[in-house]
Amino acid sequence: MTLPVQLLWLIPALPLLVAGIGALTRHRGVALAAIFAMAGSFALSCLALAGALQDPSVHATYNFAWFDLGHGALRLGFLLDPLTALMTTMVTFVGTLIFIFSLGYMKEDKNFSRFFCFLSLFAAAMLGLLVANSLLLLFVCWELVGLASYLLIGFWFHKPSAAAAAKKAFITTRIGDLGFLLGLLWLADSTGSLLFYDGGQGVLEATALASLSGQTLACGLALSTAIGLLIFCGAVGKSGQFPLHVWLPDAMEGPTPVSALIHAATMVAAGVFLVARVYPLMSADALLAAVPVHALTVVAFIGAITALMGALIACAQNDIKRILAFSTVSQLGYMMLALGVGSSTAAIFHLLTHAFFKALLFLGAGSVIHAAHHEQDIRQLGGLRTKMKVTFATFAIGMMALSGVPFLFSGFWSKEAILHAAHEWDVSHLPLYAGLCAVVLTAFYMTRLVAETFFGKPRSHGAEHAHENSAVMTAPLVILAVCAVLLGFLGTPYWPWLQKTLDPHYEATHGGLGLMLLSIGLVGAGLGLGWALYGRKLRTTAAARDPLDTAAPAVMAVLADRLGFDELYAATVGRLNSATAAFADFLDRYVIGGLVTFLAQLGIFSGGVNRQVDEANLNGGFDAVSESVRGSGLFYSRKQTGETHGYLRVVAVAFVLLALVLALGGVR
Amino acid sequence: MKCLLSTLILTPWVGTLLLALTPRLSPKVSRSVALLFSLSTLGFAALAWSGFDPAAPGYQFVEQHAWIKLLNVSYHLGLDGMSLALVALTGLIAPTALLASWKLERDPRLFNLLFLFLQGAALGVFLALNFFPWFICWELSLVPAFFLIKLWGGPGASRAAYQFVVYTIGGSAFMLLAFAALFAATGTFDFVELAALARDGGLASAIPAPALGAIFLGVLLGLAVKVPLFPFHTWLPSAYSEAPTGASMFLTGIMSKMGVYGFLRILWPLFPAQLHAAAPVLLALALAGVVLGAFAAMAQTDLKRMVAYSSINHVSYCLLALFAVAGASSLNADASTAALSGALLQMFNHGLSASALFFCVGILENRSGGKRGLLDFGGVRTAAPVFAGFCGVALFSSLGLPGLNGFVGEFLVFRGVFGLAPWTAAIGCLGLFATAFFLLTFWQRVFHGPQSPAVAAGFRDLSTQEIVTLVPTVTLMFVLGVYPQLLVSLFNPLVTAWAVHLP
Repeated sequence: MTLPVQLLWLIPALPLLVAGIGALTRHRGVALAAIFAMAGSFALSCLALAGALQDPSVHATYNFAWFDLGHGALRLGFLLDPLTALMTTMVTFVGTLIFIFSLGYMKEDKNFSRFFCFLSLFAAAMLGLLVANSLLLLFVCWELVGLASYLLIGFWFHKPSAAAAAKKAFITTRIGDLGFLLGLLWLADSTGSLLFYDGGQGVLEATALASLSGQTLACGLALSTAIGLLIFCGAVGKSGQFPLHVWLPDAMEGPTPVSALIHAATMVAAGVFLVARVYPLMSADALLAAVPVHALTVVAFIGAITALMGALIACAQNDIKRILAFSTVSQLGYMMLALGVGSSTAAIFHLLTHAFFKALLFLGAGSVIHAAHHEQDIRQLGGLRTKMKVTFATFAIGMMALSGVPFLFSGFWSKEAILHAAHEWDVSHLPLYAGLCAVVLTAFYMTRLVAETFFGKPRSHGAEHAHENSAVMTAPLVILAVCAVLLGFLGTPYWPWLQKTLDPHYEATHGGLGLMLLSIGLVGAGLGLGWALYGRKLRTTAAARDPLDTAAPAVMAVLADRLGFDELYAATVGRLNSATAAFADFLDRYVIGGLVTFLAQLGIFSGGVNRQVDEANLNGGFDAVSESVRGSGLFYSRKQTGETHGYLRVVAVAFVLLALVLALGGVR
Repeated sequence: MKCLLSTLILTPWVGTLLLALTPRLSPKVSRSVALLFSLSTLGFAALAWSGFDPAAPGYQFVEQHAWIKLLNVSYHLGLDGMSLALVALTGLIAPTALLASWKLERDPRLFNLLFLFLQGAALGVFLALNFFPWFICWELSLVPAFFLIKLWGGPGASRAAYQFVVYTIGGSAFMLLAFAALFAATGTFDFVELAALARDGGLASAIPAPALGAIFLGVLLGLAVKVPLFPFHTWLPSAYSEAPTGASMFLTGIMSKMGVYGFLRILWPLFPAQLHAAAPVLLALALAGVVLGAFAAMAQTDLKRMVAYSSINHVSYCLLALFAVAGASSLNADASTAALSGALLQMFNHGLSASALFFCVGILENRSGGKRGLLDFGGVRTAAPVFAGFCGVALFSSLGLPGLNGFVGEFLVFRGVFGLAPWTAAIGCLGLFATAFFLLTFWQRVFHGPQSPAVAAGFRDLSTQEIVTLVPTVTLMFVLGVYPQLLVSLFNPLVTAWAVHLP
């Protein structure tokens, strides 16, 4: 049994329905409905996956008109291919587990049902994004994902820091989204469509791609490169890539399940998914030789910088969630790097494995935070290994998967695939070196995190009284831990099932054993270094100085300050923003408003002058005239005496005069 | 159905007359009577909608009678997809604004009377096809608006009302002169006849080019003040913010659309060549309205002024689209259709979201004893979650969030403008960014964080009557966000024709 593409919309519709119900009622049953909806979507996704695997090279589409526009209509659509199906399956599976975990984690929150409403909204938007066959529909869901993330980061909105972090996330990602929007507009204008696949007319199909890569802009770039890079801006914002990564660590203000679902497993991967989805467009310029830069080269370097930078900063953080957040930044950098060097299969492979082990790590961190009375500072924790056995064991599996401990753990295989692809890239080896450095650092900071949190003695009241959480929270950890191990075997070089599913033309490359040995050595070095610094001599008090901080205080201070990006943006973008606002206000109030007031005053003044002129001159004239009229009136009224004989006298004289006139006239 | 349009316009005026003749009416009855007469527009609009054929060219439900023979003035009414959308919007916003003023204490009878008068005048503007009746309604709308602002407004209302009326009349005077000159040359006041003359070159042959240019400028000035187009907008922030809530809702929801409507119905069809020539300058001005309007809103600390500036920004999108189309150097039918559809959608959507926002700010003002500063509030969401929910939807609709109504219009405007004037669209994106910034600042400062003293002192959540006021608008925000076809189907054939040859 498979899910036909016409019914693909059911996958996002189920959680959307629950979100709608959750907006209207505050009944606690919303949580259960949300879990069932998510599980239902998972079942549907599995059916869709089964269908997609029957012939991985087919892009099944279902397009429909949204509204009339001109002689045609604006069309949207759904798309079912292995990429969509794998992603929806992952999102619904991880999502279901995280929803279940939240039952325990959010039990005491008074906005319990609202939390599940927002989670469902998020899931619906994320799934909508995955099944879209139209860049516009994808953008719509993309923005809704941003909204859900905004609502969830600011879930504890009474905390000013949470409210500020939510706004920062929305605004920062929106900066990237404006680039995305422009790219989308440009694409729509140059191809007349926004459907990915449309029976040969879609923007990811040969005709459109040839036309897009065939046009050269004034700056020498191919049109497809320019559009691709603009769309990539959206991915940079959403996936926390340099230089728009600043919002992601702050987003940890949200409840921990949110961090796990949105800011580790799914939403931040949406950027990677976007690039993978429009990969034909991004790589359309690959065969052009005379262009200044290829779109994917930019992607590769942004990814490499992000991977290294995130890992470096993670070494200097003390908040358990922030370490994981920067680790996410770094891992997303790996995925972008993989896309950039031409291996979208490695990127998606890493996306999938990362989703599981990072969700595991975040939920593990949530379990720790929940047990330790909301203590998040690793210097204040410690000794939880014996108090929270399940959490420790699963967290350790997640840590080893993330560090890339060889053979058994999924992270090793997916990271290996990325490094291998970077090695084969013929443009530059710099991304490979950045990736290799990040391997050491990842193993190092994760060892530090585990050693400080789980080993040694409890260093605070919260850690002292911590105990293992209920099964509703630990069961998801165990399931995720199992996946964090098993998933890797879907994409090993010896049986590259996943790669072949995603890309039917995939050919397993052989060799590269030396690179694998090198990276295994680097993982070992990172683990060893971490253990040497933090494991051998365990921290005794919360106030004790970090050994690295003692060794290089200046470097660590800069890293702890996240390389000063926030300050830099506050001083540049932030200030420019307020200056423009102040300028616009000044222009309005004083320049234009002043001019209007001046004209009005001029009008009033000329009115005043007019009045003076009227009163002094014109009115004077009128007055004189009316005076004379009055005088003559007086004169005549004096004649009007009312005495009959006087009138008769006048009449008599008049008659005499009349007779004279007539007589003289008659003569003539 | 024969005199449907006359009935549409006259019914609110009958209500005015009724209220004027019954001075002893109790406030409660006068409110109900006013609401009933105001709702009549919605009913008649529905009637017109059901009998309306979007595909038919030209105007429908036409009424034409000779009026003043000496001046060749006729009483000429008619309706097309654009006017129907705006009449429906009036039918929706006006009763909502009356409901929003339900609790008004001071002389509700007079308030309602003036309000119905205003509503009738606005309908006249949307339906008249002859300059004479059109201009009468255009000017008549100022009288009630003046008194509504002056008598029920805030502390600076008197000055704001004078500025608003004098400024607008100043613009209209030029328009009147311009039409007098047109009449002198052509002998007609009829928009349809004048448009036909413009199309076949009769206007250009009857009037020398410089004179026609001057006439164009006169009409432009009258409309630009009304919309308002940057830099003729400085009356707006004080008028909108000093007006009582109900009047602010009507001013921003309906009256600002009268100007945009005038641009589309009069200026463009009558002066296509002049508009084409002036388009680069006008496009720059509209762009300035989009960007500077949004940034000026960011600088405001008075919530009502902030929403007023965001209105400037939103209405400028409509003009941006029109000027891009009018100024296009070559035919790009796809882009033009998108831009014009976007402009019409944006008119409707802005009416919904801006009036809802003014209502929400009015509630804040009411509950806190007249405070409306950005920093006077905090933590309202904990005190009044339902209110927060409604206001949040209105804010995100105004911000252009996909899934709500605002997005579709703005997307289409940008889709079109990008195809016709790419750099304008690129710079216009700054307006989108700034809008998101200040609306989220609004939301965060007012609703999040710890409760401010004004809120902690007791902030009631929405009453049933207030919920009833908001529900239709907010529901439509969702409906039009997901199913814009509802509205687009009204004017798509019209816009499709416009995009190829002028209206």
